[in-house]
Amino acid sequence: MRTVRIQQSPFSYGDESDAFARQAGPAGAVVTFLGRVRDEGGRLSAMEIEHYPGMTERAVTAILDEAMARWHLTAGLVIHRHGPIAPGEAIMMVATAALHRGEAFEAAEFLMDYLKSRAPFWKKEFGSDGAEWVAAQDADEDALRRW
Amino acid sequence: MIDVLYFAWIRERIGLPKERVETTAATVADLVAELVAREERYAAAFADTRAVRVALDQELAEFTSPLAGVREVAFFPPMTGG
Repeated sequence: MRTVRIQQSPFSYGDESDAFARQAGPAGAVVTFLGRVRDEGGRLSAMEIEHYPGMTERAVTAILDEAMARWHLTAGLVIHRHGPIAPGEAIMMVATAALHRGEAFEAAEFLMDYLKSRAPFWKKEFGSDGAEWVAAQDADEDALRRW
Repeated sequence: MIDVLYFAWIRERIGLPKERVETTAATVADLVAELVAREERYAAAFADTRAVRVALDQELAEFTSPLAGVREVAFFPPMTGG
Protein backbone atom coordinates (compact mmCIF):
# COMPACT_ATOMS: atom_id res chain seq x y z
CA MET A 1 0.00 0.00 0.00
CA ARG A 2 1.53 3.28 -1.14
CA THR A 3 0.01 6.64 -0.25
CA VAL A 4 1.13 10.12 -1.33
CA ARG A 5 -0.94 13.16 -0.35
CA ILE A 6 0.07 16.72 -1.17
CA GLN A 7 -2.48 19.01 0.48
CA GLN A 8 -3.05 22.44 1.95
CA SER A 9 -5.30 21.29 4.78
CA PRO A 10 -4.06 20.18 8.21
CA PHE A 11 -3.99 16.49 9.09
CA SER A 12 -4.13 14.52 12.33
CA TYR A 13 -0.87 12.72 13.04
CA GLY A 14 -2.64 10.37 15.45
CA ASP A 15 -5.45 9.42 13.07
CA GLU A 16 -3.08 9.01 10.14
CA SER A 17 -0.65 6.88 12.18
CA ASP A 18 -3.44 4.60 13.42
CA ALA A 19 -4.92 4.19 9.96
CA PHE A 20 -1.48 3.47 8.52
CA ALA A 21 -0.66 0.82 11.13
CA ARG A 22 -4.01 -0.89 10.55
CA GLN A 23 -3.32 -1.42 6.84
CA ALA A 24 0.41 -2.13 7.17
CA GLY A 25 0.03 -5.83 6.37
CA PRO A 26 2.39 -8.36 7.96
CA ALA A 27 4.84 -5.70 9.13
CA GLY A 28 6.42 -6.20 12.54
CA ALA A 29 7.68 -2.62 12.55
CA VAL A 30 6.00 0.71 11.84
CA VAL A 31 7.98 3.95 11.98
CA THR A 32 6.29 7.36 11.78
CA PHE A 33 7.87 10.80 11.62
CA LEU A 34 6.17 14.18 12.01
CA GLY A 35 7.78 17.42 10.80
CA ARG A 36 6.48 20.62 12.39
CA VAL A 37 7.07 24.36 12.03
CA ARG A 38 9.54 25.61 14.66
CA ASP A 39 8.73 28.94 16.29
CA GLU A 40 12.44 29.90 16.41
CA GLY A 41 12.13 31.29 19.91
CA GLY A 42 8.99 33.28 19.08
CA ARG A 43 10.58 35.09 16.10
CA LEU A 44 8.62 33.12 13.51
CA SER A 45 4.97 34.11 13.03
CA ALA A 46 4.15 31.91 10.04
CA MET A 47 5.57 29.76 7.30
CA GLU A 48 4.34 29.55 3.72
CA ILE A 49 5.23 26.57 1.56
CA GLU A 50 5.17 26.91 -2.21
CA HIS A 51 5.26 23.84 -4.44
CA TYR A 52 5.20 22.79 -8.08
CA PRO A 53 1.82 21.08 -8.66
CA GLY A 54 2.27 18.02 -10.82
CA MET A 55 6.01 17.67 -10.37
CA THR A 56 5.58 17.47 -6.59
CA GLU A 57 3.33 14.41 -6.82
CA ARG A 58 5.62 12.77 -9.39
CA ALA A 59 8.82 13.42 -7.43
CA VAL A 60 7.39 12.33 -4.07
CA THR A 61 5.87 9.19 -5.58
CA ALA A 62 9.20 8.28 -7.23
CA ILE A 63 11.05 8.76 -3.93
CA LEU A 64 8.51 6.63 -2.05
CA ASP A 65 8.59 3.92 -4.74
CA GLU A 66 12.37 3.71 -4.41
CA ALA A 67 12.18 3.43 -0.62
CA MET A 68 9.50 0.73 -0.81
CA ALA A 69 11.52 -1.38 -3.24
CA ARG A 70 14.86 -0.91 -1.51
CA TRP A 71 13.71 -1.72 2.03
CA HIS A 72 10.91 -4.15 1.07
CA LEU A 73 8.27 -2.05 2.78
CA THR A 74 4.79 -3.53 3.17
CA ALA A 75 3.36 0.01 3.25
CA GLY A 76 4.61 3.57 2.85
CA LEU A 77 3.02 6.97 3.36
CA VAL A 78 4.01 10.59 2.67
CA ILE A 79 1.75 13.52 3.52
CA HIS A 80 3.19 16.99 2.78
CA ARG A 81 1.36 20.29 3.18
CA HIS A 82 1.69 23.52 1.25
CA GLY A 83 0.31 27.01 1.77
CA PRO A 84 0.37 28.96 5.06
CA ILE A 85 1.29 26.96 8.19
CA ALA A 86 1.52 28.32 11.75
CA PRO A 87 4.32 27.56 14.24
CA GLY A 88 3.70 24.24 16.00
CA GLU A 89 1.52 22.95 13.17
CA ALA A 90 2.40 19.83 11.21
CA ILE A 91 4.15 20.32 7.87
CA MET A 92 4.51 16.72 6.82
CA MET A 93 4.70 13.13 7.93
CA VAL A 94 6.17 9.91 6.66
CA ALA A 95 5.30 6.37 7.74
CA THR A 96 7.03 3.15 6.82
CA ALA A 97 6.12 -0.46 7.59
CA ALA A 98 8.53 -3.38 7.22
CA LEU A 99 9.05 -6.86 8.61
CA HIS A 100 11.84 -5.57 10.87
CA ARG A 101 12.56 -2.21 12.48
CA GLY A 102 15.97 -1.66 10.85
CA GLU A 103 14.38 -1.45 7.41
CA ALA A 104 11.51 0.75 8.60
CA PHE A 105 13.87 3.24 10.30
CA GLU A 106 16.31 3.40 7.39
CA ALA A 107 13.54 3.85 4.84
CA ALA A 108 12.04 6.70 6.91
CA GLU A 109 15.43 8.46 7.08
CA PHE A 110 15.94 8.00 3.35
CA LEU A 111 12.50 9.51 2.71
CA MET A 112 13.26 12.52 4.91
CA ASP A 113 16.63 13.15 3.28
CA TYR A 114 15.19 12.99 -0.22
CA LEU A 115 12.01 14.96 0.49
CA LYS A 116 14.18 17.74 1.89
CA SER A 117 16.15 18.40 -1.29
CA ARG A 118 14.52 16.47 -4.16
CA ALA A 119 10.83 17.29 -3.77
CA PRO A 120 9.85 20.70 -5.22
CA PHE A 121 8.80 22.58 -2.09
CA TRP A 122 10.10 25.99 -1.01
CA LYS A 123 9.66 27.38 2.48
CA LYS A 124 9.24 31.06 3.23
CA GLU A 125 9.39 32.28 6.82
CA PHE A 126 7.48 35.31 8.07
CA GLY A 127 8.78 36.90 11.25
CA SER A 128 9.11 40.12 13.17
CA ASP A 129 11.98 41.18 10.87
CA GLY A 130 10.23 40.48 7.56
CA ALA A 131 9.88 37.55 5.19
CA GLU A 132 12.69 35.34 3.98
CA TRP A 133 13.02 32.25 1.80
CA VAL A 134 14.66 29.38 3.66
CA ALA A 135 18.02 28.57 2.07
CA ALA A 136 18.98 24.99 1.34
CA GLN A 137 21.97 23.82 3.39
CA ASP A 138 25.07 22.05 2.05
CA ALA A 139 24.38 19.44 4.73
CA ASP A 140 21.07 18.60 3.01
CA GLU A 141 22.92 17.69 -0.17
CA ASP A 142 25.62 15.80 1.77
CA ALA A 143 22.89 13.75 3.48
CA LEU A 144 21.94 12.22 0.11
CA ARG A 145 25.41 10.77 -0.42
CA ARG A 146 25.05 8.15 2.29
CA TRP A 147 22.29 6.47 0.29
CA MET B 1 6.40 27.79 -27.96
CA ILE B 2 7.40 26.57 -24.56
CA ASP B 3 5.85 27.10 -21.11
CA VAL B 4 8.33 28.57 -18.65
CA LEU B 5 7.52 28.42 -14.92
CA TYR B 6 9.23 30.24 -12.05
CA PHE B 7 9.06 29.43 -8.35
CA ALA B 8 9.96 31.00 -5.00
CA TRP B 9 12.39 33.96 -5.12
CA ILE B 10 12.97 33.48 -8.84
CA ARG B 11 9.21 33.98 -9.40
CA GLU B 12 9.30 37.07 -7.18
CA ARG B 13 12.28 38.63 -8.98
CA ILE B 14 10.81 38.06 -12.43
CA GLY B 15 7.36 39.07 -11.25
CA LEU B 16 5.29 36.28 -12.76
CA PRO B 17 4.75 32.57 -12.17
CA LYS B 18 4.46 31.41 -15.76
CA GLU B 19 4.77 32.60 -19.34
CA ARG B 20 4.82 31.23 -22.87
CA VAL B 21 8.09 31.86 -24.63
CA GLU B 22 8.81 31.80 -28.34
CA THR B 23 12.33 30.43 -28.59
CA THR B 24 14.69 28.47 -30.75
CA ALA B 25 17.13 27.88 -27.88
CA ALA B 26 18.86 24.51 -28.17
CA THR B 27 19.64 24.08 -24.48
CA VAL B 28 18.50 25.36 -21.10
CA ALA B 29 21.60 27.58 -20.94
CA ASP B 30 20.69 29.12 -24.31
CA LEU B 31 17.15 29.84 -23.06
CA VAL B 32 18.53 31.49 -19.92
CA ALA B 33 20.82 33.67 -22.07
CA GLU B 34 17.79 34.77 -24.17
CA LEU B 35 15.76 35.61 -21.05
CA VAL B 36 18.64 37.49 -19.39
CA ALA B 37 19.09 39.62 -22.53
CA ARG B 38 15.39 40.67 -22.41
CA GLU B 39 15.15 42.72 -19.23
CA GLU B 40 16.94 43.54 -16.00
CA ARG B 41 14.52 41.51 -13.84
CA TYR B 42 15.55 38.32 -15.68
CA ALA B 43 19.22 39.22 -15.28
CA ALA B 44 18.58 39.66 -11.54
CA ALA B 45 16.87 36.28 -11.27
CA PHE B 46 19.62 34.45 -13.14
CA ALA B 47 22.58 36.44 -11.76
CA ASP B 48 23.99 33.34 -10.07
CA THR B 49 22.89 30.21 -11.89
CA ARG B 50 24.62 28.02 -9.28
CA ALA B 51 21.62 28.94 -7.10
CA VAL B 52 19.09 27.94 -9.77
CA ARG B 53 17.75 24.46 -10.49
CA VAL B 54 15.85 23.47 -13.62
CA ALA B 55 13.24 20.85 -14.48
CA LEU B 56 12.19 19.83 -17.99
CA ASP B 57 8.67 18.42 -18.24
CA GLN B 58 8.71 18.03 -14.44
CA GLU B 59 11.98 16.04 -14.24
CA LEU B 60 15.17 17.56 -12.81
CA ALA B 61 17.65 18.45 -15.57
CA GLU B 62 20.89 20.35 -16.18
CA PHE B 63 21.65 23.69 -17.83
CA THR B 64 23.36 21.73 -20.60
CA SER B 65 20.20 19.66 -21.25
CA PRO B 66 18.67 19.98 -24.76
CA LEU B 67 15.22 21.55 -25.14
CA ALA B 68 14.13 19.57 -28.20
CA GLY B 69 10.62 18.21 -27.63
CA VAL B 70 10.29 19.84 -24.21
CA ARG B 71 6.92 21.49 -23.44
CA GLU B 72 7.52 22.83 -19.93
CA VAL B 73 10.65 24.34 -18.35
CA ALA B 74 10.72 25.30 -14.68
CA PHE B 75 13.32 27.36 -12.83
CA PHE B 76 13.56 27.35 -9.05
CA PRO B 77 15.98 27.60 -6.13
CA PRO B 78 17.33 24.50 -4.37
CA MET B 79 14.37 22.74 -2.80
CA THR B 80 13.54 22.97 0.91
CA GLY B 81 10.93 20.33 1.61
CA GLY B 82 10.54 18.08 4.62
